[in-house]
Amino acid sequence: MHFSLNFSPLLPYWPVFLEGAWLTLKMTTVAVFFGVIVGTLVAFAKRGRSRVISRLCAIYIESVRNTPFLVQIFILYFGLASLGIRMPTFAAAALAMIINIGAYSAEIIRAGLEAVPRGQIEAAECLGLSRWRIGWHVMLQPSIEKVYPALTSQFVLMMQASAIASQISAEELTATANTVQSDTFRSLETYIVVALLYLALSLLIKLVAWAVGEYAFKRRRVLRLAAARAGRPVSDSRGLDAVVRGGAA
Amino acid sequence: MSAIVKLDEVYKSFGSNPVLKGVSFEVAKGEMIAVIGASGSGKSTALRCIDRLETIDEGTIEVCGIRVDDPKVDLHRLRLEVGIVFQSYNLFAHLTVQDNIVLALRHVKKKTRDEARRLALAVLEQVGLAQKAQAYPEQLSGGQQQRVAIARSLAMSPKVMLFDEVTSALDPQLTGEVLRVMEDLAADGMTMLLVTHEMAFAKRMADRIIYMHQGKVWEVGDGTMLDNPQTPELRAFLNNGL
Amino acid sequence: MIGGFTTAHLLYLVQSIWWTLVLSALAFVLGSIGGFAIMLARISPRRWLRRTALVYIEAIQGIPLLILLFIVYFGLSVYGFQVPALVAAGLALMVYTSAYLGDIWRGCIEAMPKPQWEAAECLSLSRWQTLRLVIIPQAMRLALPPTVGFLVQVIKMTSLASVIGFVELTRAGQIIDNSIFQPFLVFGLVGAFYFILCYPLSRWSQSMESKLNVGNR
Repeated sequence: MHFSLNFSPLLPYWPVFLEGAWLTLKMTTVAVFFGVIVGTLVAFAKRGRSRVISRLCAIYIESVRNTPFLVQIFILYFGLASLGIRMPTFAAAALAMIINIGAYSAEIIRAGLEAVPRGQIEAAECLGLSRWRIGWHVMLQPSIEKVYPALTSQFVLMMQASAIASQISAEELTATANTVQSDTFRSLETYIVVALLYLALSLLIKLVAWAVGEYAFKRRRVLRLAAARAGRPVSDSRGLDAVVRGGAA
Repeated sequence: MSAIVKLDEVYKSFGSNPVLKGVSFEVAKGEMIAVIGASGSGKSTALRCIDRLETIDEGTIEVCGIRVDDPKVDLHRLRLEVGIVFQSYNLFAHLTVQDNIVLALRHVKKKTRDEARRLALAVLEQVGLAQKAQAYPEQLSGGQQQRVAIARSLAMSPKVMLFDEVTSALDPQLTGEVLRVMEDLAADGMTMLLVTHEMAFAKRMADRIIYMHQGKVWEVGDGTMLDNPQTPELRAFLNNGL
Repeated sequence: MIGGFTTAHLLYLVQSIWWTLVLSALAFVLGSIGGFAIMLARISPRRWLRRTALVYIEAIQGIPLLILLFIVYFGLSVYGFQVPALVAAGLALMVYTSAYLGDIWRGCIEAMPKPQWEAAECLSLSRWQTLRLVIIPQAMRLALPPTVGFLVQVIKMTSLASVIGFVELTRAGQIIDNSIFQPFLVFGLVGAFYFILCYPLSRWSQSMESKLNVGNR
């Protein structure tokens, strides 16, 4: 029993792999953008005054979080097809991802909103700020900063979950891998290459997320620089939360 | 001269627990009133009811002619007239000192960004913290944070300012700087209503002192009242050094 | 019944739940053993062990489970092993679970305050004894909510085994849907069954977590 890994037949497929990676990135970016908007709206709606809406949000969140992403994407794609709605696979996959990210980020953002000290909300009310202004300036901004690590971990997980979209033949990296390996018969090598590409994508997303965080959350940067200048240790506790968040799929 | 703040037979209970049992008093323009009393006497509750952070069960509260107890009260108008400073400062931790003040100036008073910044710096100058404009609240001491909180309310040009035990969370050396700012405000003619434990300050500065006991106004007088308490309850309160 | 969905179909679905549970248990138990080893390696005083475990965790956490599944499945067949889908899926899930649980448990151990270690050291307890008798018993309380939470993930992850042909709940659903074409009904039922399995565990994990937070206040 003897085998050898032979990557050379894969070399001419480099552009194909990169195309697949690019598609995965595109899909994830679209899904994250709209998913966070959905998640924010649901988080506020869940904390709102209407018990009916709050209940509906809870049903939405729990249904998504307690069923596999594969099943969700089947229900969406094949279900809509059975109603006569034929969506392009990329759109269907992106939509399923938006629904998924929406549920997970709703919970994360809601936890952040609950952590805003009541006193600050009272002070904002007493300054005459409207409900919308309080929601945006006093509640959402500090919440996003606080839950940013947990949120970005979720994005990385969602990028990995996009691989599942290959099961409805959506064009992304895993589907590309399936095609290449059936062409070249070098299945193990293909999937190893693709695994490395996903690793690179994960790193890329983490890097971009970090950079965006540094730019958007001026406060952390200012405090860290001030502490460093004074020679004091800085508390930048990422803590258990980032590690402990469950997966998206 | 009509009163800026008027409470008339105010009753309030939290659930089955009566906290205010018929409170009546008035605050005239430019007066500084100190409200003292033991914990549970209802003084903070009365203050919070004036700015409608709590609603009352019976009686009336009037601020600058606005009926606060009216269920349809225009909260926006009310909060433009009333400024309140809290014991725990309640600064917006994610904004700089200057932005804390600019926020309401821009979005409530609709000032432009430059106008708001100028006003913010002016009011910070007044409390002696102009140099900390770009700092974040957690970089400041308690006394500094409280002064910023005062500046934040002051910037809105309220007709009356309420102070809810604003020095209780501060240690003695930081208390002084906050009290000095409040003295300056009084000298400028601001109408002020303070719930406080600072007896010496109240005696020196307040036009009138209201002693509350078990949800009622028990004794009212000027500073001399603290040397000559008329009721046994006030005497006991003062002897306990509270 | 509705649109060709018979009680025989329903029975087929329900029976496939058994295999979902078998695969979940396999993955979780083996993954826990692996995860424990990874956790020990991550807190080891030996640098090379820490580094290796870190690389392992970062690598596994950086790739989708589906790709890992393919690598294990095709890797084994390249070696000449014709393994049943259950074994391949079990192995892939075990590797994936060990990386995540190892990381979660490491976080819990590291959250234990230093004074605990110091006190044990001053009582002449060995490092292993300290871990076994002092640190781990306390860390378990902290670790229980996220571990149960991850068990929910594992149950959901078993759905991917359908891709390599293992007949668990999702594959059973696909087989039925391919013959009667009632996706909303069939996959809706499949989703409902997963929900019944996962939701109680999710709630348990959440209630444990909130009890923990009350204690910490």
